[in-house]
Amino acid sequence: MTEEIIIAGFGGQGVLSMGKILAYSGVMQNKEVSWMPSYGPEMRGGTANVTVIISDERISSPILNAYDTAIILNQQSLDKFESKVKPGGMLIFDPNGITRLPARKDITIYSIAAADEAGKLGILKVFNMIVLGGFLKLKPLVAPEFIHKGLEKSLPARHHKLIPDNEKAIEVGKDLIQPFTPAD
Amino acid sequence: MGELRLMKGNEAIAEAAIRAGCDGYFGYPITPQSEILEYLMAEKPYEKTGMVVLQAESEVASINMVYGGAGAGKMVMTTSSSPGVSLMQEGISYIAGAELPALLVNINRGGPGLGTIQPSQADYWQSTKGGGHGDYHLLVLAPASVQEMSDFVKLGFDLAFKYRNPVIIHSDGAIGQMMEKVVLFDPIPRRTDDEIKKQCPWATVGKTPDRKRSIITSLELDPGKQEQVNLRLQAKYRKMEAEEVRYEEIACDDAEYIFVAFGTSARICQKSIELARAKGYKVGLFRPITLYPFPVNPLRELSTKIKGILVVEMNAGQMIEDVKLAVSCSLKVEHYGRFGGIIPTPEEVTENLISKVIGG
Repeated sequence: MTEEIIIAGFGGQGVLSMGKILAYSGVMQNKEVSWMPSYGPEMRGGTANVTVIISDERISSPILNAYDTAIILNQQSLDKFESKVKPGGMLIFDPNGITRLPARKDITIYSIAAADEAGKLGILKVFNMIVLGGFLKLKPLVAPEFIHKGLEKSLPARHHKLIPDNEKAIEVGKDLIQPFTPAD
Repeated sequence: MGELRLMKGNEAIAEAAIRAGCDGYFGYPITPQSEILEYLMAEKPYEKTGMVVLQAESEVASINMVYGGAGAGKMVMTTSSSPGVSLMQEGISYIAGAELPALLVNINRGGPGLGTIQPSQADYWQSTKGGGHGDYHLLVLAPASVQEMSDFVKLGFDLAFKYRNPVIIHSDGAIGQMMEKVVLFDPIPRRTDDEIKKQCPWATVGKTPDRKRSIITSLELDPGKQEQVNLRLQAKYRKMEAEEVRYEEIACDDAEYIFVAFGTSARICQKSIELARAKGYKVGLFRPITLYPFPVNPLRELSTKIKGILVVEMNAGQMIEDVKLAVSCSLKVEHYGRFGGIIPTPEEVTENLISKVIGG
């Protein structure tokens, strides 16, 4: 099993930390992982993305041009990465702020209104975990117990009190995600 | 087994330095390697092992602090990225000339000049051919994973002291910034002053009655004597070439064509091998781990069993010169490079192998 994932959105949406929690959870479950971020000025308010690979085997290239799954949180990222999903792959997007919807018919597309839901529930800080929950429902790469360990390892000790909120957000995401059919 | 963590390459270098028993780190921040200094400042090893961590006023100051610490037999290091390493070249030449151990790290970014902060391998010539003046070599280690970023800090210090020669870890922004699993080696205590006195009779640690006078210098005005210095250095480099060559072969057993690549390019080539093999081409990878000494003999031997080579680098063609010398131009050797901070995709690397080497 090898899953090659791109997570992309605005800087500040928690793109990199979502990837880190996923990667650390993989480590806890004894998987091979890599986490390759965009870095530099991109991270300061512009677009941010991270390539996460989780595998049972030694990982070859941490830098990719085609992905099994794209998790997309803004329009720029959708424009950039929709075409980079492998045929038969999966695209998950949050419709918040999206003006041009995804259109490919050769991949499976899901939408998750995580930004809206996080606002309603007053849990904006863990918005990214709602998205991660949606992804994990479709591709349960790591078991919940290892996600818990991944959260413990990824978050500094002073933020460990937020772990229950994070886990709740993951559950919210699992219920929120739904299939999306592109217009003809 | 040591402690398992998920770390950035830069963080792994910093943690490994503390664990290796490093006495002093002197550096100046520059992207894409500032996490090394940040990590050390957050960990505060000066409160635990007594390791000095100092942000100098410039790269020139950093390398000269390293020069001074190394002269006292201390295990010292500095890290920087391309433009910063250029500033250090005078000091590096002096350290090589004075035959002192030191660990240097260059997390390459695109150049020339200030260039870009994105990954590159454009400093190959600078690292391997002597970036400063005079006839000297650094021992050059090229990690291709976060695990090797950690392991090569310890190896680098060992080799630096074995040869009394500066060692450079030649990496790039991609490996510096990426996170992978790393198994950390168990901490080694810093050497005591008595241990340094015993292990480093050349160190300037004070002339007590039981010690001869030590002089650290790279100056010798008598050309006859200076030639002897050069001959001694050259003998040292021949010994490194005989004993310190390191490399890795991946999928080479049945390969008809190979990539030669190091660092991040070598990782990309591993994916390119999967893509090429899916199309029916028997392709492998030869990865130099020591860029100097270059693995001349192993590559020459492998070249007799294959039909062609594509050298893949994030530069316009630097290591390819060493590859061509190693194989004495006895078979087709082509180059594919991207530069300026662009990382080649596995797909374009495979396409170039097919068009330039296999099909051409």
